[in-house]
Amino acid sequence: MDKALIARGVKRCTTGRFLLWILPWLGLLAFGLYSAGLCLVKGLNQTNMDNRFAFGLWIFLDLTVIALGAGAFFTGFLLYILKLDELKAVINSAVVIGLVCYSGAMTVLAVDVGQPLRAWFTFWYPNVHSMLTEVTFCISCYLTVLLIEYLPIVLQNRRLRDVPHLMVFEHELHKLVYVLAGVGTFLSFFHQGSLGGLYGVLRGRPFAFREGLFIWPSTFFLFILSAAAVGPGFILCTTFLVEKISHQRLVNRQVYRLLARISGLLLAVYTAAKSVDTLIWINRTSPGSGFAAEQYYSWRPFGTWILLAEIVLFGLIPALILLAPRLRAHTRWMVAAAAMACFGVALNRFVMTVQTLALPTLPFDPFLSYFPSWQEIGTFLAVVAYGVLVYSFSFRYLRLFPEERELRVEPARQQAGLEFVER
Amino acid sequence: MKRYGMSIDLDRCTGCGACMVACAVENNIPAAPERTNDRKGITWIRVYKIDNGREWPERRTAFVPVLCQQCGHETPCAHVCPQQAVDVDPKTGIVGQMPERCLGCRYCMAACPYHARYFNWWDPKWPAGMEKTLNPSVAPRMRGVVEKCNFCHGRWHYAKQRAAAAGNRDIDPADYVPACVEACPTGAIQFGDLNDASSTPAKDANLPQSFRLLEKLGTETKIYYRSRRDWVRQIAGAPRPPSAAQPLHHIAARENPDG
Repeated sequence: MDKALIARGVKRCTTGRFLLWILPWLGLLAFGLYSAGLCLVKGLNQTNMDNRFAFGLWIFLDLTVIALGAGAFFTGFLLYILKLDELKAVINSAVVIGLVCYSGAMTVLAVDVGQPLRAWFTFWYPNVHSMLTEVTFCISCYLTVLLIEYLPIVLQNRRLRDVPHLMVFEHELHKLVYVLAGVGTFLSFFHQGSLGGLYGVLRGRPFAFREGLFIWPSTFFLFILSAAAVGPGFILCTTFLVEKISHQRLVNRQVYRLLARISGLLLAVYTAAKSVDTLIWINRTSPGSGFAAEQYYSWRPFGTWILLAEIVLFGLIPALILLAPRLRAHTRWMVAAAAMACFGVALNRFVMTVQTLALPTLPFDPFLSYFPSWQEIGTFLAVVAYGVLVYSFSFRYLRLFPEERELRVEPARQQAGLEFVER
Repeated sequence: MKRYGMSIDLDRCTGCGACMVACAVENNIPAAPERTNDRKGITWIRVYKIDNGREWPERRTAFVPVLCQQCGHETPCAHVCPQQAVDVDPKTGIVGQMPERCLGCRYCMAACPYHARYFNWWDPKWPAGMEKTLNPSVAPRMRGVVEKCNFCHGRWHYAKQRAAAAGNRDIDPADYVPACVEACPTGAIQFGDLNDASSTPAKDANLPQSFRLLEKLGTETKIYYRSRRDWVRQIAGAPRPPSAAQPLHHIAARENPDG
């Protein structure tokens, strides 16, 4: 039915199967939109957040998806600025993932604030000292960059390429790609950092507060490093997942290994930096604020295990796996390690958001817990469903993996005794 | 330049809650809807109950009124607000909140170590007839914005108007007294200019039993607490997690149970 929209030379499932695939996600999206609608119409009393837990599931989600979506800027940086041409095979997919993550995060933020119609106030009355101002400016600008980057991918659709004007427009847009990659990298470095800075500057929350360089706390740099580390790792995981679901090879194995190597290297640097930062915080920063660091880990269930899990289990171990050529050669090990790295960054964002707020700061204030309401979970799931849907449609109708057609042709030629096509 | 602040004598506070009621009435704070918990309610001043952790007959109790501590240095909430909805008035030192500009992002609440900021989770509503009791000099806040103690800003404006009408530049200290101070039956809360050495809070601040909450954070708060009891003064420091056998609020006493 929709064959005319699907690129030539690639294999996609039937329209019926595709509809069956998207139906549950559409259901989830509808449920999520209803949940978000309730929060917008009736107010944030629909959530389980309160005056102590001013941030909850949504902020954790925002920080995590923005870190995972970092693959878009970082792959663009590696491909267009550092000229790692092998990454051309995944750049389109990375842009879609980035777009989904950033637009999803922005949408949830709009539900999360009490007065969404006043969002423009931040641009009108910006407090230049606030990390949130920096985040708002950079994310808004970068989302625009991502939309512009997504446009040529859409224009590559088979039917749209039949329109000469659009084809010329797409060609012109391609010329901009280096500028966009540069601007995207600059903006992303800043907002990934300011997201870390959001918590690092909280002098009143010694658990999160960190010293740093000039106006930036150490979390500013740690967030940049961790996002750059898991960005390629998340692209690796999603590409693997799409290959499994679609039952076909989409990229060359070398691309996988390159992504794994980059992710492993940056993860190792991040883990080392995080360890040094933790030691400084335990021995200097936190005691300097009057808080002994060991007390943070005496409040159950947040024991020292969470710190060890973050640094060793989901930091050091996946970094070593991704860096070891022998282990990396096994796809399962490689994907598992990349997934562990992604989980580690999600855990870090959880610690920075939820654990920071759960810990008491006044001596007569009890340790409190929080569990999100179904409206919060529904909105969270809507972002997941939205991401899957946008990616599914993009995968079906756009050329997310330029190597896909060649990878399909090669085995067929080999079978026919033809020579290998040199790439 | 003034630097308004308070001194609170914890040995005098009986925990009657008159300050909380007076504050709510003065500042048009609506009642929270039914079935809500105290973590979603709005109480610009909240009285916490603490004890020394010992069993009867050695058990001792104290009450700690906590309101915005009016941080004077690197004010955490003003520092983080993305749209300058929080400001520190250089003429008075009062940390103000502009609900009309607030986005409701709640970053300031996360930044405040004293949990003295409150979010309007609901539309403000008063039972039929009660809207007639609203204070005309204080605007009620809408749903989705943050609010907090501002040392009864309506009263500050009123005092300024009175001074202007009398042809004076400075206000008469007797004209500007926040509602909680006025309502306290034991006189535990005292208010005044900390820059004026003759004011009661300035004198109290220099007493040996005087302390501020979480002083090591360096926020230079303007609320001075005091108590003659050692175990009460332990609340000045950071929290210490209780052992499994002890309830959470006993922590203040464990350091010095004989105080």
